[in-house]
Amino acid sequence: MPNTLEVSGLKTHFLMRAGVAKAVDGVDFSIAKGEVMGLVGESGSGKSITGFSIIGLIDPPGRIVEGSIKFQGEELVGAPEERLRNLRGNRIAMIFQDPMMTLNPVLRVDTQMIEALKAHQNIGKKEAWTKARDTLGMVGIPAPDERMRAYPHQLSGGMRQRVAIAIAFLNEPDLIIADEPTTALDVTIQGQIIHEAQNLCRRTGASLIWITHDLAVVAGIADHISVMYAGKIVEQGNIDDVIDRPAHPYTVGLLGSVPSANNRGQRLYQIAGMTPNILALPKGCSFKERCDRRTKTCEVSPEAVERNHRTFRCHHPYFEEVEV
Amino acid sequence: MSAPLLEIRNVSKRFVKKLDVAGKIAARLGANISEETVHAVDNVSMTINKGEVVGLVGESGCGKSTLGRVVAGIHNPTDGQVFFEGQDISALEGVRKREVTLAVQMIFQDPFASLNQRMRVEDIIGEAPVYHGLTTRSEKSDYVDEIMEKVGLDPSLKKRYPHQFSGGQRQRIGIARALAVKPRFLVCDEAIAALDVSIQAQVINLFMDLREEFDLTYLFISHDLSVVEHIADRVLIMYLGRVVESGITEEIFDRPVHPYTSALLAEAPRLDQRKREFAPIKGEIPSPLEPPSGCHFHPRCPHAIGDCSRQAPALEVVRRNHIAACHLRERFG
Repeated sequence: MPNTLEVSGLKTHFLMRAGVAKAVDGVDFSIAKGEVMGLVGESGSGKSITGFSIIGLIDPPGRIVEGSIKFQGEELVGAPEERLRNLRGNRIAMIFQDPMMTLNPVLRVDTQMIEALKAHQNIGKKEAWTKARDTLGMVGIPAPDERMRAYPHQLSGGMRQRVAIAIAFLNEPDLIIADEPTTALDVTIQGQIIHEAQNLCRRTGASLIWITHDLAVVAGIADHISVMYAGKIVEQGNIDDVIDRPAHPYTVGLLGSVPSANNRGQRLYQIAGMTPNILALPKGCSFKERCDRRTKTCEVSPEAVERNHRTFRCHHPYFEEVEV
Repeated sequence: MSAPLLEIRNVSKRFVKKLDVAGKIAARLGANISEETVHAVDNVSMTINKGEVVGLVGESGCGKSTLGRVVAGIHNPTDGQVFFEGQDISALEGVRKREVTLAVQMIFQDPFASLNQRMRVEDIIGEAPVYHGLTTRSEKSDYVDEIMEKVGLDPSLKKRYPHQFSGGQRQRIGIARALAVKPRFLVCDEAIAALDVSIQAQVINLFMDLREEFDLTYLFISHDLSVVEHIADRVLIMYLGRVVESGITEEIFDRPVHPYTSALLAEAPRLDQRKREFAPIKGEIPSPLEPPSGCHFHPRCPHAIGDCSRQAPALEVVRRNHIAACHLRERFG
């Protein structure tokens, strides 16, 4: 059986008057059935554009210029729009950071949910209503019968995100792309949402891509992690390997900048400088200007290397000193 | 011992939504509507000593920002008093009043909304110190340079406008603006929440450096427990307008007593916890328009007993440097 998703050499560029923004520039990863992958990066690293590329929501001036996205063995790059529409919301679903991006503010929750069901399944209205209500219950919405009649503005932020998640799960998709779904929520609500997403994936066997900037959240839910920087995945591997023994200096820096009980009161490690402008990326390794391990070899863009159960793009990875 | 730098005593802040004309007419005709009152802050007391960093933690809507604004003098408390170096600030006048107002400055969450888009950075930072006579118009330029360097901004960028800076740089401008009037106390309201992880670390380090250099005292408001744990000496946990637990950081994080604090700590994702089960507490923070009776947390509390819905627990000492408001504190303490 093919992997749920195989992305290879994906390049999504934005062709603009000011130049070509290489938002995603050669991304490879694969996700097996039922796996959870954390896609981590800072703003502008291209993590969301990767998600949008998979689900086919790249608008001009953006374009997938190269690469392939295989969903259950089927090529999605260049697939006809009708086929994509058929998959979206049906086999592949997306949850956005802002639930109001999913929800229509002038339609009641039931209208929107029934619409999503009827678009992809041959299902009667009554049956659809029951299914929608049951899904609302599944994501932990109290009194789902009443909520079905509510408009989005009558719900709190956490409730709206639950409705958005319920809509994503309605057609029992095989792949769910969650783009920072809990960033805007409180800690206790975030815990509830992650809990529901975990449960639903386990129950339906769906694969999940969890896009976030929060390493701690990823550590809590993911099997695999991919760290993105300036359009490329700089390190990917098993969650324990990457978090306990990071190879790439950027991963090391990110992990060091997370405050935790171990470094209470001490100075945090800080990565110098800021994320580079993707319109004017430095030559060679795009992290080199912020990296304290750079040498002359970094003028050449590092290729992805596979070693110690993980892939990374760096000439001077951290674990090498220990191993050799 | 001298008076604490800042003390608030039984401070409450209520916001009343007055009825509009239609509402008044409807009420007179017998409709069941009345003015709505939000108890944003309900009888909170705290002291902050010189040089301390106090963390104020809570979820959105718990009143932590309102409390921060009361401390910073942006809101007047509805009840209670705020003391600065032992003096009630509402009773101050003249020069001393200005001194105290300048000594307490605030840094806001949103580095996009809190800077005037139409002012150059030089004026954003330099306007207040010139007005208050901390520098003169002719020396303003040098003064601004010096402060920009302190917060890690390149002074050659001072003729630019805020939109020409990144989020992290803008937050530094906000910090520079606050520092420009030589404050002694900074209220940071979610000051790093909008920043990227690597930039967050830079700004946290900046706060720590400035604390040493200028002998600053902080009230650090955040919903992010790991950040508060990292920088605060003492922590206050708020829920729906009330402080439910407070104490020194180690006490709160290692031996929490209040079920809400325990729940918050359990929910917070941590790097060292892999593939964990999230076991969330039920429900959401209730509307502050109609807070639950008794202990505000009882509808969500897994341990609630009969008393919890009838009577609000008072803050009582659990251990040295640790107080909590829970009827069952002895069981958890």
